[in-house]
Amino acid sequence: MKIVALCGVGIGTSAILKVNAERALERLDIEADVTAADIASVKLAAADAQVILTSSELVPSIGKTNADVIVIDNFFDLDELTSKLEIALG
Amino acid sequence: MSLPPLPLDAIDVGVHVPDWRAAVGAAGAALERSGSTAPGYTERMVGVIEEFGAYVVIAPGLALAHARPGPDVLTEGLSVVTLAEPVAFGHPHNDPVNVVLGLAVTTGDEHVHFVAELANVFNDSRIIPALAAAPDAATVRSLLGIAAPTGEDASTEEPK
Repeated sequence: MKIVALCGVGIGTSAILKVNAERALERLDIEADVTAADIASVKLAAADAQVILTSSELVPSIGKTNADVIVIDNFFDLDELTSKLEIALG
Repeated sequence: MSLPPLPLDAIDVGVHVPDWRAAVGAAGAALERSGSTAPGYTERMVGVIEEFGAYVVIAPGLALAHARPGPDVLTEGLSVVTLAEPVAFGHPHNDPVNVVLGLAVTTGDEHVHFVAELANVFNDSRIIPALAAAPDAATVRSLLGIAAPTGEDASTEEPK
C-alpha cells in the first residue's frame, strides 16, 4: 500500500501531511508507505500509489492518475484524516 | 530533532496587513530579521502561492508560508506572525487567516524531523486561536513550547 502526500514544493506542508497521515494510519492499524511529493514529481511518485492526499487547491495540477485523490481541508485534524483514509482504504 | 530556535525577533504580533501578500511579506521579514534568510526568499514564498494557489493555508486560520531551499536560506528557520485583522488567501475552507508561519529550510530532508514537532503542537486545535490572541512574542513562543536561542538577550526589543 502506497500513499502520496502532495504539496506544491515538497517542503513543509507535504511533510506535515505525511506525518499526520502516518498517525492516522496507525490509529486505523493499516500498514502503508507514505511518501511526500511535490507537483513536479507527483507523476512518478504516484504511479504505483493507491491514494494521493492533498489540498483542494492542488487537485487540478495532479492530472490523470489511477490513485484515489483525497482532499484534506485541515492538515492537523487527525479525525478528518482518519475518517477520510478509512473510507478510501476500507 | 526539535524545532529550530525561535528568537523573539522572528515573532511579530498583531501586525496590520491589507492582504495575503503583505501577510507573507511580514513572515518573510521576520525570517530575515532573525538571520535565517536573505532578501529574495520572501518573494519566493509569495511566488509559491502565486503558482500553486492557497494550499499553504493548511488549517483554519493558519498559513504555512514556505519555498524551496536555495542560496537565500542562510540557516533553517521559523517565523510566526499574528495578524490584527485576518486576511483571505483564497482557500475554500480555511480562510480567513490570522496566523502565518514562515518556514525556511536548507535541504529537503532535514525539516521532516522538526515538522513532526510542529505537527505535535498544531494537532491541538486550540493552538491557532490561542496564538492569534497572544498579546506578545514571549507568549507566542511559550505557547509553541519552543526554546529561546542560547545567549538571547532578554532585553531584545521587537523591531517593527
